[in-house]
This record gives sequence, C-alpha cells and structure tokens, in this order.
Amino acid sequence: MNRKPSLFSRLMTGLIFLFLYAPIFVLIIFSFNNSKSRSVWAGFTLDWYDKLFHDQMILDALYTTLAVSVLAAVIATVAGTFAAIGFYNMKKRWRTPLMTVNNIPMVNAEIVTGVSLCLFFVAFFNLWGDFAHWVNGAFGLQLPEQLYLGFGTMLIAHITFNIPYVILSIMPKLRQMDKNLVDAAQDLGCTWMQAFWKVVVPEIKPGIINGLLIAFTMSVDDFVISYFTAGSSTANLAMRIYAMTKKRISPEVNAVSTLLFVTVLVLLVIINVREARQERAAAKQRIT
Amino acid sequence: MPKELIRLANCTMAFDGEVVLDNINLYINDQEFLTLLGPSGCGKTTTLRIIGGFQTPTQGDVFFDGVRINDVPPHKRTINTVFQRYALFPHLNVFENIAFGLRIPKTDPESRRKVKLPESEIQERVLEMLKVVNLKGFEKRAVSSLSGGQQQRVAIARALVNRPKVLLLDEPLGALDLRLRKDMQIELKRIQQAMGITFIYVTHDQEEALAMSDTVVVMDEGKIQQIGTPEDIYNEPKNAFVADFIGESNIIDGIMRADGVVEIFNRRFQCLDKGFAKDEPVDVVIRPEDVDIVPEGQGQLKGTVTSVTFKGMQYDIIVDFYGFKWLIQTTDLSPVGSRIGIKIDPDGIHVMKKSHYSGMFGDYSSYSEEYEEISDADYDPEAEDQEAEHEEE
Repeated sequence: MNRKPSLFSRLMTGLIFLFLYAPIFVLIIFSFNNSKSRSVWAGFTLDWYDKLFHDQMILDALYTTLAVSVLAAVIATVAGTFAAIGFYNMKKRWRTPLMTVNNIPMVNAEIVTGVSLCLFFVAFFNLWGDFAHWVNGAFGLQLPEQLYLGFGTMLIAHITFNIPYVILSIMPKLRQMDKNLVDAAQDLGCTWMQAFWKVVVPEIKPGIINGLLIAFTMSVDDFVISYFTAGSSTANLAMRIYAMTKKRISPEVNAVSTLLFVTVLVLLVIINVREARQERAAAKQRIT
Repeated sequence: MPKELIRLANCTMAFDGEVVLDNINLYINDQEFLTLLGPSGCGKTTTLRIIGGFQTPTQGDVFFDGVRINDVPPHKRTINTVFQRYALFPHLNVFENIAFGLRIPKTDPESRRKVKLPESEIQERVLEMLKVVNLKGFEKRAVSSLSGGQQQRVAIARALVNRPKVLLLDEPLGALDLRLRKDMQIELKRIQQAMGITFIYVTHDQEEALAMSDTVVVMDEGKIQQIGTPEDIYNEPKNAFVADFIGESNIIDGIMRADGVVEIFNRRFQCLDKGFAKDEPVDVVIRPEDVDIVPEGQGQLKGTVTSVTFKGMQYDIIVDFYGFKWLIQTTDLSPVGSRIGIKIDPDGIHVMKKSHYSGMFGDYSSYSEEYEEISDADYDPEAEDQEAEHEEE
C-alpha cells in the first residue's frame, strides 16, 4: 500500500491552508505598506500604526476592549471556579445534565446569544423603569428611570459567555485531584475555606489560569455578542474595525486587525503550551 | 484499668435510605490498637469517617472522652487520619506536608485568640517526626518523588506531628507490596507503642488485623459480628462468617448431644463447649491445622484425599468425608487417592450457634476457586472506589 499521501490530498491540504492563512498574511503585510493601495506594494512603513495610536476613537475602543476583557475574565474566573467546585461536589445524576447545560452556550450560535441577551437587557430596563419610577415617587429618591445598553451590559454579556469556558477548563483539574485532599486538610485543622485556599486552589491553579486566559482571549476578539449588547455609545476594537470597513477603507484597518490577530495568537500559543506542559507533567506523575 | 476514650452508641448510617451501618455499639480505650476488619462494603470505612467527623451518623451518638461530638467538625477534633492512598499535598514538599497542621493557627483555650506556633517549634517538631518515621534528610524532597512506602511514612508523620489523641488509619498499607507491608506493620506497631496513641485501623486483611491489634472488630453487612482479642476471634469465632473470614475453617453441621459432646456425621466427638440446649443444631468449626492424620483404621473419621497442594511449610490437602470436603494442613504427604483417618482433640473443635451465615462458608468442595479468592486478599482499588462512590451518593 502507498503510505505516502497522494498528490491530490497534499494539494488539498495546501489549498486549505492557503485559503485560511493567505488573507491574514496579506492583511498583515499591507499594514506595513507605504501607500493607501491594497494591491501595490510601495515600501515599508510603520505610519499606519503611528496613526492608529493617535486616533482617539481607536484608543477609546482599545481601552474598552481591555477593560471589558480583563474585568470579564477575572469575574468569570472567580464565578466559574466556585461553580466548578459546586458541580464537582454534586451527585452524578445532577452533575451530568447540568454540565450539558453548561456546554450549550459554547456551541450555541453567537448571534442567538447576542440577540437574546440584548432582548433580555431591554426587557429588564423596561421593568426597571417602572420600578424606579415608583420608588422615586414613593420615597423621593433620584434613581435613574431610563437605563441604556453600554459598557455595563457588554461586561455582563462577556462574563456570561466566559463562565462556561472557565468551568470547562477547571473541571478536569478537580477530577484529577485526590478526593481525600480536602478531608485531609480539614483533618489537619483547616476550616473548609482554609482548605480551599491552601489545598484546592494550588491543585487547580493551572486550570484557573488557563480559564482566565481563555476567557480573556474570547473577550478580546468578540464581535457579535458585543455588537448586540454594547449599545450605540460604546464600542470595542472588533466593533470599531467593523465600523471602519463601512466607510472608506484605510490600511489603518489592516494595522488594528493585525494587532488583534497577534494578541489572540500569542494568547492561544500560551494556552496551548501550558496545556501540553501540564499533560506531560501529569503523564510523568502517573508513571512514578 | 483502661480508660474509655471513644464510644459509638447505637450509630446508624444510611445513604439515600440504604443502611450502611446498622446500630453500631462500640467503645475504644485510650492507647488501644483497635482494628475494624471486614470485606469491602461492610461499613468499616464509614465507621472511621464518623469517628473522624467527615460524616454524621443518621442516628445515634458519638462520644469522645465522655463528650458528645456528633456536631464537632473534623478540624476541631483531636483526631488525625492517615488516608487511603495517603492524600499528601502534591504542591508541598515533605517538610511542608508534615508541617501543614502545625501552620494552621489554633484557638488558645484561655485567651480565645488564634495562636500561631513559632517557626522554631514547627521546625523542631517536624524534624523529630521525620526521625520517628525514618525519613531523616527527606525534608526538601517532592512527595511525588517518594516511593509508596515513603509516602506512607510522610502521611503518618503528617498526622502524628499534631499529637492527636487518636490516629485513624484507613487501609494505610493497601497499596504497598507484601514485603513492605510486613515491615510497615511492625513499624506502625512500634510507633503506636512508642507514642502511646490510640490507633483505629481499618483493613480487609485478616492477617494484618491479627498481627497488630489489641482488639479486632469484625464487621459485615453494616453490623459488628464480633469484638475480641485476635486470639478470641481466631479461636472462638461467634458465627460462620467470622470463622471463615479469619483464617481457614472447615465448618460442618453438627448436633450438640450434651455439654462437651458434639455429633458430626453421626459420630460423637469430645469438645470443650458447653451451654447449648440438648440436641441443638450447631455449626462446628475445625481449623485445618487442628486435624491429626492417622492410619485409616485408627481414625475417628475416614476419608479419601482428593487434592494436594505443596505450600512450603505444609501441604494443604483436601479430604472427602462422606461427600463433604475438608481442608487439612499437614507436614506429612498423603498422596491423592489414598484413604486416611483423622483424629481431632477436644480443644480443636469449636461449636457455634446457628446464624444466617450457616451453610454459606466452610465447605472446600470448590477449593481451587475459593483459594484464589483467599489468596487474592490483595488490595482491590476498584472495589474500594465503588464503595467510596457508593458512600458519596
């Protein structure tokens, strides 16, 4: 039998990679192009990047992106860690269906998540408006009666879609943990909370950090869900890029997209290297 | 007069309505080495976890030094545990594992303030403990780099360094190989005597229980079957389960004809047991080593040898008496097929009341299979896991 891949399958592989990566490659190259043209190379320049960092709209979007991503990642990680521990301590007959429910949002179409969150927020704002109106009238308070989509709603949305990823990255670490470790810590004088900090957290730390990184990565480049929940006054980088492509397209778009691409790429490399290392360490431990 | 330290009074434990412990009554003396012995699923680990405070009995009370401790959490009990498969903290080295309990601030009973031990005392106590368990010089090692036996010692040191009144040990030698297990048995007994601490030891290995314990508690089906010294348990088993679980036994149906006279296979034997009703049906235990082989004509019973296994110190032979197969241990070879007679001294016969275990054990007709089961007393982690999983539910 011919063990070598046939010419055809090699050609197909090549084509797939070409279609996947050539556009990104071109995008990156032309972010350094010393011309507005997107087809003719006119020499190397960093002008577009320079311009980027003097564009207030871009800087605002960058700030929003970082703020949302960092906050959402941290909050989702804390919530997800405790949720994972809750799942872990559940009886199997409850845990299995709940884990399935946890996994659905990850495969769910983003647009559905985005639209449903948007509708949820709007519905909540209406109820809130009535409530605030009543409170203000009855107690003479100055609660805002009209709430808007904005940074807060976008943050809540990001936290929501990040939590399942955090849970998913922590669960295996909990399962690998010796069931008796918490008992042992309590036996040696710890309260449950002390046992959690002194034993459980160090044991699942790799999972927590991976969850944090994944959550951050998901948030940094999110467009669809942000688009539906950020309202009209707030925009993150992805939304900014989308807005820029609607008008005259300048190579600034290339530059900002390149930055986003490189950020996510670096994060993914870090996550994968960490996971591979942990797997190797776990395999080593099994042998000894 | 030994002082009572722990008492379980009418303790029942049920998980989802399934009774795992059924009305257990047990007291444990200060400085005693007590073993809970039984097959997996018998409730021994649950009993240990109740004493440790990891589970609260569904019914009944637990007393420590006369004080009811049902609701005292594990971290407030002066009891420490050596867990199955050790449960060492993988992210800490040997020193920090042992120092773990010492580093937790304790409430001072007088000032009611949290007090931390001074570093110098921690240092001193950990190093002293390392000496006790023969691990001097291992302080800086990662626990994952240690052998099973060494990890075991760290687990013991980690528990003992807190100077508990009671040490609970949950199948601590289960994962070690036979040679190491024997060494550790002696080691554990030495530590227990040197430190004067009460040990409560859980195992399914009857040899281990007999070799180490002051008191053995045999459990099955969530009930205590018998409590006694190793000698009592071996020589005077209360029912067929205990007789079969502890050592090898031929268990035969008999009828008590009078005090000191029991009838087996329509022949009367002298025995030392008294206090049964006249003509009461009983279970008779005869240990394989208590049977003397004599020429056929001189025997109280006559039978045919059906199988011979060389065991080094002795031969295990199976002899067919009137269709019932006995295991006899002898140093003289009797070839398969030969006819032999046997004699049993009165002190080689032990008579037991009938129980619901009667007829379940003690026949060696299916010897080879049963033998496999017995020699396979090795630790079976999967069975244990199932048990643990079950208890979790």
